Amino acid sequence: MSLHPVLAALQHHLPAGCVLTDAEDLRPYECDGLSAYRRLPLAVVLPETIEQVRAILVTCTEHRVPVVARGAGTGLSGGALPVENGILLSMARFNRILEIDVPNRIARVQPGVTNLAISMAAEPYGLYYAPDPSSQIACSIGGNVAENAGGVHCLKYGLTTHNIQAIELLTMDGERLSLGGPALDAPGYDLLAVLTGSEGLLGVLTEVTVRLLPRPHTAQVVLAAFASVEAAGAAVTATIASGIVPAGLELLDNPAIRAVARFMDTGYPEDASAILLCELDGETEDVSGQLEQVCNVLRAAGSTSLQVSRSEAERLRFWAGRKAAFPAMGRLSPDYYCMDGTIPRRHLSRVLNEIGRLSGEYGLRICNVFHAGDGNLHPLILYDANQPGELERTEELGGRILELCVAVGGTITGEHGVGMEKLDQMCVQFNPAELEQFHAVKRAFDPHQLLNPGKAVPTLQRCAELGAMHVHHGQLPHPELERF
Amino acid sequence: MDQQALLIEQVQAAARARQAVQIQGGGTRSFYGRNATGTPLETGGHRGITSYTPSELVISARAGTPLAELQTVLAEQRQMLAFEPPRFGAATTLGGAIATGLSGPRRPWSGAARDFVLGVNCINGKGEYLRFGGQVMKNVAGYDLARMLTGSLGTLAVLLEVHLKVLPAPQREVTQYLECNAADSIRQCGAWTVQGLPITAACHLDGQFLLRLSGTDRGVAAAVQRIGGETLDASNRFWQQLRDQRLSFFSTRQPLWRLSLPPAAPLLPLEGSWLLDWGGALRWLTGTPASAGEVRQAAHLAGGHATLFRHGDRAGEIFQPLPPPLLALHRRLKQAFDPSGILNPGRMYADL
Repeated sequence: MSLHPVLAALQHHLPAGCVLTDAEDLRPYECDGLSAYRRLPLAVVLPETIEQVRAILVTCTEHRVPVVARGAGTGLSGGALPVENGILLSMARFNRILEIDVPNRIARVQPGVTNLAISMAAEPYGLYYAPDPSSQIACSIGGNVAENAGGVHCLKYGLTTHNIQAIELLTMDGERLSLGGPALDAPGYDLLAVLTGSEGLLGVLTEVTVRLLPRPHTAQVVLAAFASVEAAGAAVTATIASGIVPAGLELLDNPAIRAVARFMDTGYPEDASAILLCELDGETEDVSGQLEQVCNVLRAAGSTSLQVSRSEAERLRFWAGRKAAFPAMGRLSPDYYCMDGTIPRRHLSRVLNEIGRLSGEYGLRICNVFHAGDGNLHPLILYDANQPGELERTEELGGRILELCVAVGGTITGEHGVGMEKLDQMCVQFNPAELEQFHAVKRAFDPHQLLNPGKAVPTLQRCAELGAMHVHHGQLPHPELERF
Repeated sequence: MDQQALLIEQVQAAARARQAVQIQGGGTRSFYGRNATGTPLETGGHRGITSYTPSELVISARAGTPLAELQTVLAEQRQMLAFEPPRFGAATTLGGAIATGLSGPRRPWSGAARDFVLGVNCINGKGEYLRFGGQVMKNVAGYDLARMLTGSLGTLAVLLEVHLKVLPAPQREVTQYLECNAADSIRQCGAWTVQGLPITAACHLDGQFLLRLSGTDRGVAAAVQRIGGETLDASNRFWQQLRDQRLSFFSTRQPLWRLSLPPAAPLLPLEGSWLLDWGGALRWLTGTPASAGEVRQAAHLAGGHATLFRHGDRAGEIFQPLPPPLLALHRRLKQAFDPSGILNPGRMYADL
């Protein structure tokens, strides 16, 4: 087989060892956290300088070869899935923290730095980076920006888009752009917002400036049990209506509670139909006042038992069950499929009931563990890929759940992204004129459509691809990570 | 008062005729940006709150809804627009607030207008009705064009309806004032913020440093103890006057500059009267002998940018000029939304 001309050009621009072409070297890059989709790229490139990244993009543009940028590869929607006959551009070697600017409460970092590393570097100054996706020990900040990653504390602290202040990027034709800055706003259009969550379709990040927040002095969790999921849902509404914005507000239904109980000792009441975990953080005086108020609200909402964490160890124990919920499902079922729809909270009971009904209709068990405070659902459909037809039924059920989310005024993805996975449902959420507006924005950045083609926004002609986060026999693509 | 169909028809007609329109809500922000040209497109009649369930922390309203009406309805439920959009007159509309993207004193601690925009329904320059984002807190489907339209001065689309995240109003708010020079106020505000004090506004004016503290009764009382100083009566009135530029500092006929800088940036060597908001991240300058070029250069060197907010030459550059590659990208994006260039042409930059 003769060498693709782009490879010779790339080898010319990059040091030896920075261009991988052997199938066995490419294998680790064939998928991201959504392992149902696998593809080998033409080559993987591992540049070490921004000038090399620029050379790669210019070379690929000249040869009209597509490029997919990749951070840590922990994404859950196939956003970093390679493109056949394309180049996979790994930004893993850009892993330095460039500056912690304490007076301005920002950190300048390279895109391959992990989410958690930023908070660790800021810790000596009493600061941290707030968004905390479950994969935070491994996921890169570049990937967080590309996906607009969330986490458990979004309700109070927002998503990635609320917590970054500037980015440097290269467009596909090698132009360097600087968006935002150390000031709180910038002239011109808010392109920082457009790039955040653009799933690698508009540019390649080379630097990120994140906002740092003061570490809360105190954090405490209330664990409240309820006799029905409806009552727990109503308690979520009552808590927020009472004028408090908790740092986190999570719900587990009974199947999830029991799955966790089989996995570890968390102290969750196993007979409860649902539990809520409500975290409050901030200044000690504020937290104690809010705790009192939240306990009163939860009691009035019909909580059958209430526990307040009395120590940091107990707070972490309460959270441990929530964080172990996904691996616990892996023990309950050979495979599961994680959904990510968001709905207006007032429809929580209705949607959960309908999900229960669909579960019966399809003969597939569903557990619910989710960010109740933001209305961000993560129904887990349990299935067995070895049973003929079960995978297809699961994907169909998943699609119907997302369509239900859209029908009540919600969205098909709250924090995992569209990627390869939800292209079909994008056609449900957006009309052709809206999709065409997205494509027009894409062309303004990338006229030849070479960056991560075929992801995030479906073509009008073809709204037909489908996928899933498949977990086979409890084996997540990154088993070392907590998933929540 | 749903005028959606009428507005779509008007934009379609303008697109066909390639006739520029200037979008007008309450008309209270006509002083802002570059001079407007084109036929007025009146959006003030398209008004009314379309959806509000307080426990959702989301409100949806048509673009022509007066901000005052929105804020009254929210206050009845003890909620607020946490980005504290300025009202430059009684007629100020939601659409104008989002199109200009301006935020008030709470911005550094709570977030900017763009942070609270969950979604918009709008008309692009082709007269197409489009919806981006939605009414939910977390939504990563499609590019985040709702936030991009925030602050785009109507040059990309006509806003029809906006979905906003709202927050509970704090149980208690107290304003303390202390005597201190401007440089110390910046340092002190930074230090107190890092220490986690519940600051929600910080202004330095005429040798006085004013700090607003918000939270529970207990939390605010503890913070007042730590900060010291005197307690300001009628605290809300002061912050509203600052937000709406009704303090005497702003009653000038001279060019008023808005400098957005890194919060800890040192004081700039420009003569004139200064007012510091946002703990130093927003600085107002008036009565300066410095040229526009000198003001912009000083802001740029400090890591920020300068806007000629009021008065001065409204036919010239109002906003900090963009580097050529970024300006070229702005032009391509304008083309992507408004290929005939009919929406508020020239309002932000001369050729946009």
